[in-house]
Amino acid sequence: MVKWSDFERAAIQDIFSKIDYDVVGSAALSRCLIVYPWTQRYFGSFGNLYNAAAITSNPKVAAHGKVIMAGLEKALKNMDDIKTTYKDLSVLHSEKLQVDPDNFNLLGDCLTIVVAGQLGAAFTPEVQGAFQKFLAVVVASLRKQYH
Amino acid sequence: KMSLSAKDKATVKAFWAKISSSGEAIGADALSRMLVVYPQTKTYFSHWKDMSPGSAPVKKHGATVMGGVAEAVAKIDDLTSGLLSLSELHAFTLRVDPANFKILSHNILVVLAIMFPTDFTPEVHVAMDKFLAAVARALSEKYR
Repeated sequence: MVKWSDFERAAIQDIFSKIDYDVVGSAALSRCLIVYPWTQRYFGSFGNLYNAAAITSNPKVAAHGKVIMAGLEKALKNMDDIKTTYKDLSVLHSEKLQVDPDNFNLLGDCLTIVVAGQLGAAFTPEVQGAFQKFLAVVVASLRKQYH
Repeated sequence: KMSLSAKDKATVKAFWAKISSSGEAIGADALSRMLVVYPQTKTYFSHWKDMSPGSAPVKKHGATVMGGVAEAVAKIDDLTSGLLSLSELHAFTLRVDPANFKILSHNILVVLAIMFPTDFTPEVHVAMDKFLAAVARALSEKYR
């Protein structure tokens, strides 16, 4: 089981209370598709992803950004057992969506960068550490059911 | 090999022109974050009296690192030969595991997002990420 310090719990809850879910999800997924274009392989049904402008304004990308944030909120609400909370999500990603789990780290890095941009100086090194630890647990939980 | 296009180089140079005067601050903050968020990187700095964010050794070394990045921007058309002596330094003297270049690059990008929220667009992000990866490759050239 993951151990969270009081600081980490508070910092992570604080981040999620401050960020705009609609903006962050969409911006992070857009950046992922732009910065790591091979990740577009999983979004063949999303239509126009031909350039950065198209990706940033694509309504399916925005909608999916919200889906991702909803998933993260589940983890946020169950921080003491993300592994169990994410069991079905992990099976979905491995068996149905067949996503190479290394991609989770790419999206995670983009989320960190977008959250940093939103929070500015309030995203201190220690807060960044807490957020990245949270993402690492999320990623590990998503990887759990890959066989 | 993911090499830099003409557009990537132009984007990097234009962005660098905007941010270079903040080079020392960027370096210090990126290094601070690396040491806090990836504590295993502290193993390279056990000779420092103080590894805390904003400390004198961290500030000084952040400036050194960004000086290297500035040199890389100037030599962007041939990083391998341009960064030859830095590559030899990292390979034979410092022997920094190359995985750490990716870690420091990530923290540089986080700092850029914080300090330049409007200028650090997705297009600039991808160009800078590719550039820092190319710098890392050039630094790893002499390792083996």
